Amino acid sequence: MFQILNEEGRVRPGAEPSFDPSALRRMHKLMVLTRTADAKALKLQRQGRMGTYASSLGHEACQIGSAFPLRREDWLFPYFRDLGTYLARGYPLADYFHYWMGNEAGLRTPDGLNVYAFAIPVASQIPQAVGAALAAKLQKQPQAVLCTFGDGATSEGDFHEGLNFAGVFKTPSVFVCYNNQWAISTPRARQTASETIAQKAEAYGFPGVQVDGNDVLAVASTVGEALDRAHGGGGPTLVEAVTYRLGHHTTSDDATRYRTEDEVRAWEPRDPLRRFRAYLRAEGLLDEAAERRAEEAAAEAVEKAVAEAEARPPATIEDVFAYTYKEMPPALAEQMAALKETPKAEADR
Amino acid sequence: MKITMVQALNQALAQEMARDARFVLLGEDVGPDGGVFRVTDGLVQKFGPERVIDTPLAESGLVGVSIGLAAGGLRPIAEIQFLGFIYPAFNQILSHVARLRNRTRGRYTAPVVIRTPYGAGVRALEHHSESTEALFCQIPGLTVVVPSTPYDAKGLLIAALRSEDPVLFLEPSRLYRAEKQEVPEDPYEAPLRRARIAREGTDVTLIGWGAMVPVLEKAAEDAAGRGVSAEILDLRTLAPMDREAILASVRKTGRAVVVHEAPKTCGLGAEVSAAIAEGALLNLRGPVVRVAAPDITVPLPKSEDIYYVNPARVLAGILATMEF
Repeated sequence: MFQILNEEGRVRPGAEPSFDPSALRRMHKLMVLTRTADAKALKLQRQGRMGTYASSLGHEACQIGSAFPLRREDWLFPYFRDLGTYLARGYPLADYFHYWMGNEAGLRTPDGLNVYAFAIPVASQIPQAVGAALAAKLQKQPQAVLCTFGDGATSEGDFHEGLNFAGVFKTPSVFVCYNNQWAISTPRARQTASETIAQKAEAYGFPGVQVDGNDVLAVASTVGEALDRAHGGGGPTLVEAVTYRLGHHTTSDDATRYRTEDEVRAWEPRDPLRRFRAYLRAEGLLDEAAERRAEEAAAEAVEKAVAEAEARPPATIEDVFAYTYKEMPPALAEQMAALKETPKAEADR
Repeated sequence: MKITMVQALNQALAQEMARDARFVLLGEDVGPDGGVFRVTDGLVQKFGPERVIDTPLAESGLVGVSIGLAAGGLRPIAEIQFLGFIYPAFNQILSHVARLRNRTRGRYTAPVVIRTPYGAGVRALEHHSESTEALFCQIPGLTVVVPSTPYDAKGLLIAALRSEDPVLFLEPSRLYRAEKQEVPEDPYEAPLRRARIAREGTDVTLIGWGAMVPVLEKAAEDAAGRGVSAEILDLRTLAPMDREAILASVRKTGRAVVVHEAPKTCGLGAEVSAAIAEGALLNLRGPVVRVAAPDITVPLPKSEDIYYVNPARVLAGILATMEF
């Protein structure tokens, strides 16, 4: 398993991180922002201000490390546990919250940002990401496509079909599997008898690399190399980022039913943020004051995003009808008109 | 020139691909083989292997990749070899193709045309004869189209290709080479979401689509011999359905027979009947009759005729409502 930082945040012998100080500071800020926003989302859910939510706690290195090396024109095809990936791509946090608060409008990616709508049916985004990469290749556009998914996704047919297509057409694809050991209650060992997930790439005819998914530098440099290869016409890469889901699957899940406290506690020292912070401190790139500033800035940004998302008007009847077809069929227009005529009080009963 | 439905479809594809370089055709055996029914014959020679793409044998991948191609600015035309093999792709169609526009509030769309042959009456293998259009007609956002003539095959396919909504384009394999019809050489559109009156009549409305339309025509002839004037409505677009055309015809005739080769229960005939009950109840002079396949699996060829809706069964349906 490839590592740049060991669990104490020290550079491993022979490894040479190739990120400049400003890049390192940006990664740190994004990781802090992700963790802060995630904690806030969980609080909002408990207060009834957000719907069921899939926490990204513990995935910050996977997410920031994967998105960080993307070029502006590259695509991201994410899944439902990708808060940090969204933020690293510059997706507005208010929009992300808006979706999870229960409004599709939050999934409307701002123009000019190549972030596809995340998929909830597991692995279904994989062939789509391959299609976008094939489109780039056929049109000779300098684009690569990053597709992310969890370990459970590797059992789905769409994982096989997508990676197989990618291998056959040698698409500019980078697949990153956040192997967080659990798919709701199903452990990694129940998903596959393969020794690693990375080794599955061999069967599709392209390289697979296993990296420490709690080491943001290992993820970023591996994904960066894979993106370079994709841009250079070298075809796809599968990256297995080994991490751990520190939280429940979603706010509707109770992970104490199927895994032990001891197991979770064993992963806590490997916390990606703690490790990166130790590295930055040792390198003299972060002091206590700077860290506090990063945390305060994150908290402020999160509060602002929550306020913005909550201030948005609720969806209208038109909003929920208007986007089913390019032009609304008469029967649908009739249904909409009938709903509008239903007195509000009656509709609420 | 008089051409078959296969030739008409081929012409539509060739003309639209020549007009707009964004169209890419992908599927299993669509390249040098020209598709198992030869609908894509000669296209790879015309447009090259980067626009007529033979893919791995994977239907979900095929539709999923098409969604991504659309995201990248192309206009994919995906061929599923038989409707009976589309089910691995059902998740991509239901969960993504059809709902993408809505769940991104119009930011992303999937203007994908999925073409596939379907239907019984061709003495085919197991899984090659089903008529499961109703499964797809309940999916909001998906347009389901079925031609019944070479003229409509060309015009509807061109309209589907130019549509901004995703279209499932069902091609009745029984009609691929059943008749030749005069079809204009130049491209033209037959309107989506519009039924077609295939025969005018005054006593009863026969409603069908695809390979049932010739069956209705035969039944209407037989009915005429008994003094019954039957109107035939070819739905052409099954979803969203042309209710106005159904109601207009039934208000005129006062009777309706809905015919499909799919099983009766929860078939599209149920929806048509309900639409008539909602919109033309007081015009009815007899019960709405459904003539459909029984609720069984399509039998293998030796027993196919037990299953398949024929003109005699349609005529019996017509007489049942006429004699009410």
